[in-house]
Amino acid sequence: MPSDVDAVQLRGIGKRFPGVIANHDVDVTIRSGTVHALIGENGAGKSTLMKILYGVQRPDDGTITIEGKDVVLKSPTEAIDAGVGMVFQHFMLADNLTVLENMVLGAEKLHGIGDAARTEIRRISDRFGFDLDPDVLVEKLGVAARQRLEIAKVLYRGARIIILDEPTAVLVPQEVEALFVNLRELKDAGNSVLFISHKLDEVLAIADDITVMRRGTTVGTADSHTATKRQLAELMVGSELPSPETEESTVTDTVELSLDGVTLTDEFGRNLLTDLSLKIRRGEVLGIAGVEGNGQSELVETIMGMRIPSAGTIKLGDQDVTHWHTRQLREAGIGYIPEDRHRHGLLLDAPLWENRILGHQTRPPSAKGMWINRKGARQDTERIVADYDVRAPGIDTPARALSGGNQQKLIVGREMSGDPVLLIASHPTRGVDVGAQAAIWDHIKRARRAGLAVLLISADLDELIGLSDTIQVILRGRFVGTFEPSKVTPQDLGTAMTGGEAA
Amino acid sequence: MTSFNPKTIGLALLAPAIAIILSILVTTAVIAAVGSSPGEFWSTMFEMPKPRLRVDIVNQTAMIYIAAVAAAIGFRMGLFNIGLEGQYTIASFAAASFAGAAYLGGFANVAASIIVAMVVGAAWSGIAGILKTTRGVSEVISTIMLNAIAVTLVGYFLNNYGVKEGNTVHTKNLEPGSTLGGFAPFEDRDGEIWALSIIAVLVGVGFWVLLNKTRFGYDLRASGQSESAALASGINPKRMILVSMMLSGAVAGLIWLPALFGGARNYGTSFQVGLGFLGIAVALLGRNRPLGMLFGALLFAFLSVKSNDLTFSTDVSPSIVQITQGVAVLAVVVTYEVVRRWRTRLEQRAVSRELAEAREATA
Amino acid sequence: MSTATATSTKRTIVERLTKSWLYIGLIGIGVVSFVRIVTDTDDLTGAGTIRAAIIATCPILAAALGGLWAERAGVVNIGLEGQMILGTWGAAFFTYHYGPWVGIIGAAILGLVGGLLHAIATVTFGVDHIVSGVAINLIGAGAATYLAEAVFPDYEGGGPRQLNGLEAPTQITIPGVSDLAKDVADRHWFFVSDVASFIQALTTNISSLSLVMFALVVVSAVVLWRTSFGLRLRSCGENPQAAETLGVNVYLYKYIAVLISGALAGIGGGFLALVSSSGFSTGQTGGRGYIGLAAMIFGNWRPGGLLAGALTFGYTDSLRLRDTQSVHALLLLVALGLLAFAAFRAVRKQVRGALVVAVIGVVVMVWFLATDSVPREFTVMTPYITTLFVLALGAQRLRMPAADGKSYRRGSAG
Repeated sequence: MPSDVDAVQLRGIGKRFPGVIANHDVDVTIRSGTVHALIGENGAGKSTLMKILYGVQRPDDGTITIEGKDVVLKSPTEAIDAGVGMVFQHFMLADNLTVLENMVLGAEKLHGIGDAARTEIRRISDRFGFDLDPDVLVEKLGVAARQRLEIAKVLYRGARIIILDEPTAVLVPQEVEALFVNLRELKDAGNSVLFISHKLDEVLAIADDITVMRRGTTVGTADSHTATKRQLAELMVGSELPSPETEESTVTDTVELSLDGVTLTDEFGRNLLTDLSLKIRRGEVLGIAGVEGNGQSELVETIMGMRIPSAGTIKLGDQDVTHWHTRQLREAGIGYIPEDRHRHGLLLDAPLWENRILGHQTRPPSAKGMWINRKGARQDTERIVADYDVRAPGIDTPARALSGGNQQKLIVGREMSGDPVLLIASHPTRGVDVGAQAAIWDHIKRARRAGLAVLLISADLDELIGLSDTIQVILRGRFVGTFEPSKVTPQDLGTAMTGGEAA
Repeated sequence: MTSFNPKTIGLALLAPAIAIILSILVTTAVIAAVGSSPGEFWSTMFEMPKPRLRVDIVNQTAMIYIAAVAAAIGFRMGLFNIGLEGQYTIASFAAASFAGAAYLGGFANVAASIIVAMVVGAAWSGIAGILKTTRGVSEVISTIMLNAIAVTLVGYFLNNYGVKEGNTVHTKNLEPGSTLGGFAPFEDRDGEIWALSIIAVLVGVGFWVLLNKTRFGYDLRASGQSESAALASGINPKRMILVSMMLSGAVAGLIWLPALFGGARNYGTSFQVGLGFLGIAVALLGRNRPLGMLFGALLFAFLSVKSNDLTFSTDVSPSIVQITQGVAVLAVVVTYEVVRRWRTRLEQRAVSRELAEAREATA
Repeated sequence: MSTATATSTKRTIVERLTKSWLYIGLIGIGVVSFVRIVTDTDDLTGAGTIRAAIIATCPILAAALGGLWAERAGVVNIGLEGQMILGTWGAAFFTYHYGPWVGIIGAAILGLVGGLLHAIATVTFGVDHIVSGVAINLIGAGAATYLAEAVFPDYEGGGPRQLNGLEAPTQITIPGVSDLAKDVADRHWFFVSDVASFIQALTTNISSLSLVMFALVVVSAVVLWRTSFGLRLRSCGENPQAAETLGVNVYLYKYIAVLISGALAGIGGGFLALVSSSGFSTGQTGGRGYIGLAAMIFGNWRPGGLLAGALTFGYTDSLRLRDTQSVHALLLLVALGLLAFAAFRAVRKQVRGALVVAVIGVVVMVWFLATDSVPREFTVMTPYITTLFVLALGAQRLRMPAADGKSYRRGSAG
């Protein structure tokens, strides 16, 4: 029952954090009873905007109008009262509580915490086909069920406007389909849905209206019936699509890294990686494409010696390194750009020069025997800061104070130093600005020309196609297809990544 | 940490300064609340201590400082070795028993006893380390338990195998050849600064060198700052936990040795309890930095020793300084946290300002 | 809460309590009774022993409950010891002036002040929970010592380190039941007499404060698990970010939890001063705050479990004051218990765990057979060693609140 009054109007929203402008001049209108998609690249300011609409953060400028009324949302409670509900990308569930407890938390006044609530949960679950048992512990639920629980939580509170932050990132294709069926039912019941994503196929499949964000502001709207992916992509990244130019092959015959039948099992005996084999030669970039959570992190951690494979062998050059420890592998010349630089790549409160030592504790110029070579490390940090254009007040600045792009450039510089033979780059340009992105691409290409073997994991298909010599697609811990970048399109990769027929 | 610009130092001193002012205020308020005179209290406390007390202060500073370093080794690694108390109790007992048995003579006996103390301390803390690395048991809980076990165990051994003398029990006295002469800065009757107080200096310097100059120290600090980053950089976290826990315990084993070889000569009623917890407090107060902890140890020793004067000249009981010490610790951790948050904001702002200027310059 | 909910809630609680407790209790009494008869140590379950055990249990129980409240809201409170010490002083001071019940309230308030300090440091300022707890223990011990020295010497029966002759809370005897139970208990029958002496202890001169303590376990269980207040509080310990996004005022609930935690620890201190002994003395907590923490962990962060932990530790604590023969008999009990546990594990195919437990059980059994007495010190160590074993053998099965001990800052959700 779409009404004439728009569900949500955001006008001129602005939000600044120390050192960053997260949002400025954001305008979004969500028509009542529609699915509205908000798209943009990582770091475009979508999440901040959602937190503002859900009262987690307060805007510095602008107005929020919900169903015709101007509102000031100081907390999630007020957003809930105004009829807004949010499903976070990282689920907001307590594992050790039951479905019922998670559901009624904060909304105990509605139906109590006992049988009345149980009945209401069953009603919602049946109405939308959520299949939720109120008395099961959340830790027993799978990812898709958790997401349905999150949506049910929002409905339980009587929300009419439902925000979904990147809901498909963790789902397999069938689950995405099921989710879309749920969303259409929600829409038919008169709710408005705000769907945040950067996956254009999905957006075109589910949305009625589309708003595009770039660099903290809204840059355009589109009608999903007429828009094409190309148009949307251009809006998302600006007029020109920055994607790395493919260069002439520099692949040699010397195999630097080879995996043979590598299998990794978790504590419950399930396979996280199944029978993976690959070869990377000197001067070759091997790209790994896949939907996040299909074994990429495990693959990297296995090669880096942080996990021990249950079967198979890993060889670096001619040496069997299957059971080597991380430090030995690093000393043998593996550079490692980790997926999450804050957790794995940096000591945030330590100065830059100490971060230069991290992972290189045992090698010059950072170390001399059992001693740390302070002078050497500092000089080399100065070199990295200059060569890799790390914008920082000085090498005594703590890493935390740097922007994401500069932190990443420091890591790239560090991992390229000491002439590595193999570079493992996990999402090397995630969350960095366009300038830093181009610089990092250049560095990887230059190293490749100099004979470096590179394993590149990325969610950015253009990046993979532009940099790689070969692309392997990983799905549920298995390699499911090998592609030549010169002949493949992002669409083909996308199909393979989701388990569709290879084109 | 490395650059000595006045602003950095000012910020670093801000927190302890606020904490000390706070603890002075609270102490004053408590004294006034029970009807005593804060004025008398502070004037007594701030009088120049008599020579005998000055010697005491140095000796106490040394022992508290060793304890603080032991605690700091754990802290810098992100481990909470709350078991210093138990470790130095059992290590002191072991060293005193070994030294009293006089298997060796003279200095060899002293040296061997020091090693015994370190090994026993390390073994005791190693239990907590092994429980953590193999079974995932929190070192906080296990060391609390081990404290109680150590104290009881030592009591058992002392009662069954100790030398009984009147109502008291103690280990065999050291032979005169194994007691170490100290250094008497004043008259003889004012007492000696114990020879083994030198351990405090060695431990302090060793700690600084280890932490800032060696690869091991770097690994230790990195593990303390980010376990995940440490792992990715090739540090073996389990090994680090075990080694640093045992190192902390080994240093803890040294805490009471200056007194043992200086004045006490046996483990018995003269054993000083509570140094472990004081050490933890001082490590927190001094932010686990060698110099900061020295200052903290001196402050705590001064307060403890000087409070003896209170009995003579005021009606304030000496235990008031325990409140002062406790409040100082709590206040310092709170203000450090506040200053840290504030500083992070300042740094982020400074960087963004510089970037903005750079952008304008290039534009 | 609707009436339907209320009745179903009651039913489930009764069901759950009876289910676990009845079986464990029955088997437990049977084994104890068996050991008593085999070793001929009637003192093992004598009414006097059980009475002493209850008195030793209560302070531990109070501290354990205090730990439960704080940790369920995600705050680790090792300041329990300090808050308990403050409670001993508060109880003495207020009982001296206004009688025992005001004294207990005074103990709670002093403990609560300790809790408030902990809450300010950990919740508002995000200081490490352990660090703050250590500081509070220093402050608590210092403050109680100082205040005693400053105040008590002027009181009748007082001195710088103690205050004696305090009035205790009322003792309750249920006439008839008490005598009947005593008759049966004195006959030393298998099983029946053991139950009887338990009843005798519960109905003869039992401190009303003990009953309050046991009632508080039930109250805590109901409040934490059966009310929306309790749900919100627990959600702060499991996932404060989620709680905040659902409109729960995380800081408020953490504050409330830590204040209650401190008050409970304070009451435990009050119990020590008024019931366990007839007066205040400096340092009389003797680490019971820590034992309470151990009992809570032993009980897997659950009210029933921590009650079992507190009873176990209280019982061993009381035995050390009695003759060494009954402690020796206890070895057989422990050995049987361990072997039973080993068998249980073996059935569940946890071979390695079973083996470890069985070996320990056999060692204890050999110890029992080869000696006639156990040094008192070993009884003192029992709670600590037990806790270490429970942690070492069952750390994976223990389930502490997911966000326990992590500091949480407002606005970090999403």
